[in-house]
Amino acid sequence: MTEESAQERWRRLYDAARVRPGEFATMSGIPLAPVYGTDDVEYPGVYPYTRGVHASMYRTKLWTMRMFAGFGTATDTNERFQEIIRSGGTGLSTAFDMPTLLGLDSDDAMAIGEVGRCGVAIDTLADVRDLFAGIDLANITTSMTINSPAAVMLAMFVAQAEESGVDRALLGGTLQNDILKEYQAQKEFVFPPRQSMRLVRDTLTFTAAEMPKWNSISVSGYHIREAGSTAAEELAFTLANGFAYVELAAQGGLSVDEVAPRLSFFFNAHIDFFEEIAKYRAARRIWAKWMKDHYGARDERSWQLRFHTQTAGVSLTAQQPEINIARTAIEALAGVLGGTQSLHTNSMDEALALPSEKAARIALRTQQIIAHETNVTNVADPLGGSWFVEALTDEMEREAEALFADISKMGEGSMLEGCVRGIEENWFQGRIADSAYELERSFNSGDRIVVGVNGFLEGNDDDELATLRITNEDERKQLARLEQVRHDRDDKQVHQALDRLRQEAQDPDINLMPALIDAAKTYATVGEMMSTLADVFGRYVEVPSL
Amino acid sequence: MSLRVLVAKVGLDGHDRGIKVVARLLRDAGMEVVYTGLFQTPESVASAAIQEDVDVVGLSMLSGAHMTLAPLVVQALRSRGSDIPVVLGGIVPPRDIEELRSLGVAAVFGPGSGADEIVATITGIVSLPS
Repeated sequence: MTEESAQERWRRLYDAARVRPGEFATMSGIPLAPVYGTDDVEYPGVYPYTRGVHASMYRTKLWTMRMFAGFGTATDTNERFQEIIRSGGTGLSTAFDMPTLLGLDSDDAMAIGEVGRCGVAIDTLADVRDLFAGIDLANITTSMTINSPAAVMLAMFVAQAEESGVDRALLGGTLQNDILKEYQAQKEFVFPPRQSMRLVRDTLTFTAAEMPKWNSISVSGYHIREAGSTAAEELAFTLANGFAYVELAAQGGLSVDEVAPRLSFFFNAHIDFFEEIAKYRAARRIWAKWMKDHYGARDERSWQLRFHTQTAGVSLTAQQPEINIARTAIEALAGVLGGTQSLHTNSMDEALALPSEKAARIALRTQQIIAHETNVTNVADPLGGSWFVEALTDEMEREAEALFADISKMGEGSMLEGCVRGIEENWFQGRIADSAYELERSFNSGDRIVVGVNGFLEGNDDDELATLRITNEDERKQLARLEQVRHDRDDKQVHQALDRLRQEAQDPDINLMPALIDAAKTYATVGEMMSTLADVFGRYVEVPSL
Repeated sequence: MSLRVLVAKVGLDGHDRGIKVVARLLRDAGMEVVYTGLFQTPESVASAAIQEDVDVVGLSMLSGAHMTLAPLVVQALRSRGSDIPVVLGGIVPPRDIEELRSLGVAAVFGPGSGADEIVATITGIVSLPS
């Protein structure tokens, strides 16, 4: 008996898939196949998934238009969430402010000027309740973009849901929870790397046991790229971090097939159109091969790399901000042609400020044009088979494999150890800074043109765009609210809960999630829980390097 | 003698791509650059600037807290009797520039500022009689 070919397998999967009703044809009526290719090439939905994780791709389900939002108080952000849902957004993604991301309360001395500025301020369970008021969490999935205090925020989310009568087992959503890239790129760390990884392990084992619908980590290359890496570095560092989490979960007793299907990925969509598409294609192929061959995954879902995409914030210019709409549209199209599962499009004003409501709506409309007007959703992996795109995909894979070899060597065969040592030895940080510097030099020398910055400057002096203003009023409101919560809660209960947390943190074999959930229910603050953990774990100080 | 610059990140903003790139570009232009790392306070920046005897302090802020934090750095220096000029780069809307200048920030570099412009402005500020 001959083995089923990729094409035959794809056909079987496609025929079994539910696709949206109606004709699949060009605007002028030319009928379109679901995918194009000869009988000896890769196919979507079939290992190694270079051409997409689903056989029918966007014929079955469009990507989720997941817009990232958060500013001011929880009530302010809740209003923006409601507006996104009214405008047709199909997922929410919460941006937290800097103090929350660093585990500080709004009334901490270091929080001055930052409360509610880059995202929403969350101090206690009371704020989480306001944040999701009136939102149907059963039908709108929620992503929480937080890392160092990810376990604390998950605990608050669970506590809030249970308070409103929703079983934790029913909660669907994603926690970013990718601490490795914080040390490598985004730099919102609190505890040292190894202690942070214990918390990540606790969230992995807790969600595996109690929250079957939850995506426990969104392994993120976005920030690595924004910090200045090349596309191949973004690809390789992100996947290496993903391998590290699989190895971490194994230390917590989880098999690869228990953890890999709950990891999702998050990539940047930068302005080099074909390079980005090749990067997504290579990412899927590499992940599938490593999960199957290196980590022995047997569940097909472990092999399938699903990812979120965000257009590149760093590609936006403050000059002639309206032209950022064009940049974002091109980047978003790369994400879609690369087979993304969800997408955030940046607003034109983000090199100047947090997005205004109008700018955010235009960004969402950009996705809707791609989804509903361009017809690109009819055919899976439309660029597959292009000699150029296939060659670039192979080259991305080669470059990533070379970087994996470096990381594995640092970890003496372990990707987990290699990633942690690479952080401790400043290897990732140094490479990213080098790449950022090289790119900047090419702008300064004029080798690369950025429209409005070093070329085509007419129009730069036009009237300023109306941007969102975050006033200090929000900071005052949040401080008053926190003071009220501290006044109303039972301090004795809070102290008991924090004492238990401190005690359990000292024993690395104990999962800290139950203690965190109980602490959240007493209205212990994010800052109190994080500083209790810091008493045991210590705080990380990055050695400054240029 | 070459110019000495302290580049600094104040507050909670961890975006360090810009500050590292600008630091290297200043070095390329022959300046001596000191970097004290993330999460500094206005006081720690002022102390370091005086101790390192720098000619100028360069702040990098991308989180929107510049209106609060940049003037605090200027005040921290002045309250220590130092007249070291402070410049600022990052995500700063044009409408904030005038007020920042009135609060003692010597120059503001918005997104897209080129190396030549930054080097020339800093050199000009330092050569002014104080």
